[in-house]
Amino acid sequence: MLTAPLAATGVACLQTLREFGRIGIFFGRGVFGIFTLPPQIAKFLAQVYFIGARSVLVICLTGAFTGMVLGLQGYYTLVKFGAQGMLGAAVALSLIREMGPVLTAIMITARAGSAMSAEIGIMRNAEEIDALKTMDINPIHFLVSPRIFAAVVSFPLLTAIFDVIGILGGYLSGSVLLGLSSGTFFSRVESSVEMQDVTGGFVKAVVFGVVVSTISCYQGYYTHTRPGGFGAKGVSSSTTSAVVTCCVLILVTDYIMTSFLL
Amino acid sequence: MSEPFIRIEKLSKSFGDNHVIRGVDLDINRGEILTLIGKSGVGKSILLKLLINLIEPDSGRILIEGRPLDALTKLERKAFLRKMSYVFQGTALLDSMTVFENIALPLQERSGTSREEIRRRVREKLLLLDLTDIEEKYPSQLSGGMKKRVALARALVTEPEVVLFDEPTTGLDPIRKHAVHSLITDYQKQLGFTAVLVSHEIPDVFYISQRIAMIDEGRIVFAGTPEALRKSPDPIVQQFIGGADTAPVEPTAMTDPAVIERCFSREMNGAVPGRSAFTLICLTLDNLAEINRRFGFMSGQTTMKNLLEGVCGLLRATDTCARVGLNKVIIILSGATLEEAATFSGKLGAVLKRREILDGGPVPDFCLAISAGFAEAGRGSRLEDLLGVASAEPNLLEKFNICPEVGEA
Repeated sequence: MLTAPLAATGVACLQTLREFGRIGIFFGRGVFGIFTLPPQIAKFLAQVYFIGARSVLVICLTGAFTGMVLGLQGYYTLVKFGAQGMLGAAVALSLIREMGPVLTAIMITARAGSAMSAEIGIMRNAEEIDALKTMDINPIHFLVSPRIFAAVVSFPLLTAIFDVIGILGGYLSGSVLLGLSSGTFFSRVESSVEMQDVTGGFVKAVVFGVVVSTISCYQGYYTHTRPGGFGAKGVSSSTTSAVVTCCVLILVTDYIMTSFLL
Repeated sequence: MSEPFIRIEKLSKSFGDNHVIRGVDLDINRGEILTLIGKSGVGKSILLKLLINLIEPDSGRILIEGRPLDALTKLERKAFLRKMSYVFQGTALLDSMTVFENIALPLQERSGTSREEIRRRVREKLLLLDLTDIEEKYPSQLSGGMKKRVALARALVTEPEVVLFDEPTTGLDPIRKHAVHSLITDYQKQLGFTAVLVSHEIPDVFYISQRIAMIDEGRIVFAGTPEALRKSPDPIVQQFIGGADTAPVEPTAMTDPAVIERCFSREMNGAVPGRSAFTLICLTLDNLAEINRRFGFMSGQTTMKNLLEGVCGLLRATDTCARVGLNKVIIILSGATLEEAATFSGKLGAVLKRREILDGGPVPDFCLAISAGFAEAGRGSRLEDLLGVASAEPNLLEKFNICPEVGEA
């Protein structure tokens, strides 16, 4: 009787470990597919366009407003200590180190991660993935590899756009609206940001790209193995699961990486 | 006896408590059309998926030319699976790709085929399957019948050695159904591939299959020729095929051999001693394959429909007209002698040349070639013998060529 909760915990742990193992193998096969011949250049470019180019607008919008809010909040907080001159540094560092990579990844999860999961899930349910196998086409190479490649390329670029637009947003609210001198703002940005911050942010963006593309594709690819994972309900549940898992993993990996990077 | 091309030995597959395939043994010979029949949900499609390795069996094995599939090296296994194609019941076309891209996909993903070659082969299949003008459309913009044909085109574009068809004609209208059957048999003859077909189309499968296997409750209850299937004493087999033992409702449908036998017995029982009971005429559209090739499979079957309507419309109420193959019609002229049948046949030729038999009207420099074989039945005659006699070359009494201007040759 007393061992039952222990046994249940053990089973849950084993299942989680097994799931991580499966995801790891799935990712490995996806990465291997990037380097397999024939090269899938057209598919890679199409995915870079879908994940990257088509996310630019939403990234610009979120970047601008995030930066503006940071500018406002930062200004009113710092002014209490008479340190409003540090606003540029506060905005730039929080964006480049944390908010840029994290918010970009969450926004792309919402826009492209859900789409990846739903598209592959529908293909699974319509037997399109089985059809690929019967045509001797490796479905992971065909569907997953281009998405992983595109995410790894797009996430750092979108993060860079987010950071730049965010800093400009902070400048808009802090300097243009609240009157902080633009020279002070930008000189603090320049003096406080080091190359290590930028590379750290990009490393995070690459890792988030891997996490989002792998988890989203994995959830869609194995839609049919979920309990009740058939039809529209199955696709909806795998898409929800993809978005939630990606968001949680983005925050968890962000904490882990930050603790190593600092 | 030589080794079968594919041998299935004691194959089993379960999904949880559902034992779908329970120790199936089946041989598939090279170059034959084998049809799997059986009630819905007995495991026919699962057996096809096991064959193409989409599902792993729980036990049992598949042997390719005597070698177990799991004993082949990875490369040999891949090479064998590359020679197979699968036509899904629900077509499984990639919805986000155009018709052209769908058909070209298996070629594009295999290195070594040039872009021009891919384009040529896809266009060839589109033309053969009467799918021109839709190559830029998406599957969701097509009708069910068109999707089926696109799926067929995709399966055949790689020129496979084994093609597995999972209910390729379900949901098609009668002419398209015959066109698809015609396509399968024509291609099978032309390319020599081995076809394994899951179908519910009885009696059509009797005429297009070399062998039929029936599955019931996950086991093969019968495997043999269509003739042997019809004569099988197994009550499960008889119950299943007996359901189709009725005269066809629509004019182009195949007639169940049992219906022809009943008609034969009726005529024999009513025969007067010393007189011929009836004369059987076997009409064959000899150049159906050429019509298929030149004008498409749909035109071939529409031409057959026109021929059937032309022939059957001439008969008396006591006569019988039955379609017994993709290009064959038999006519039973009740109480007629050979001379009377020859007179009828002459009249038939005259009438047919006035009708527009060829789909789309006459085409310059193209004639329809129809041959008519005769057999006279007396007391004690057997149906199989008569059909054999009527189809044999020496009994070929008439040959019509229906040409646009010249008329009957």
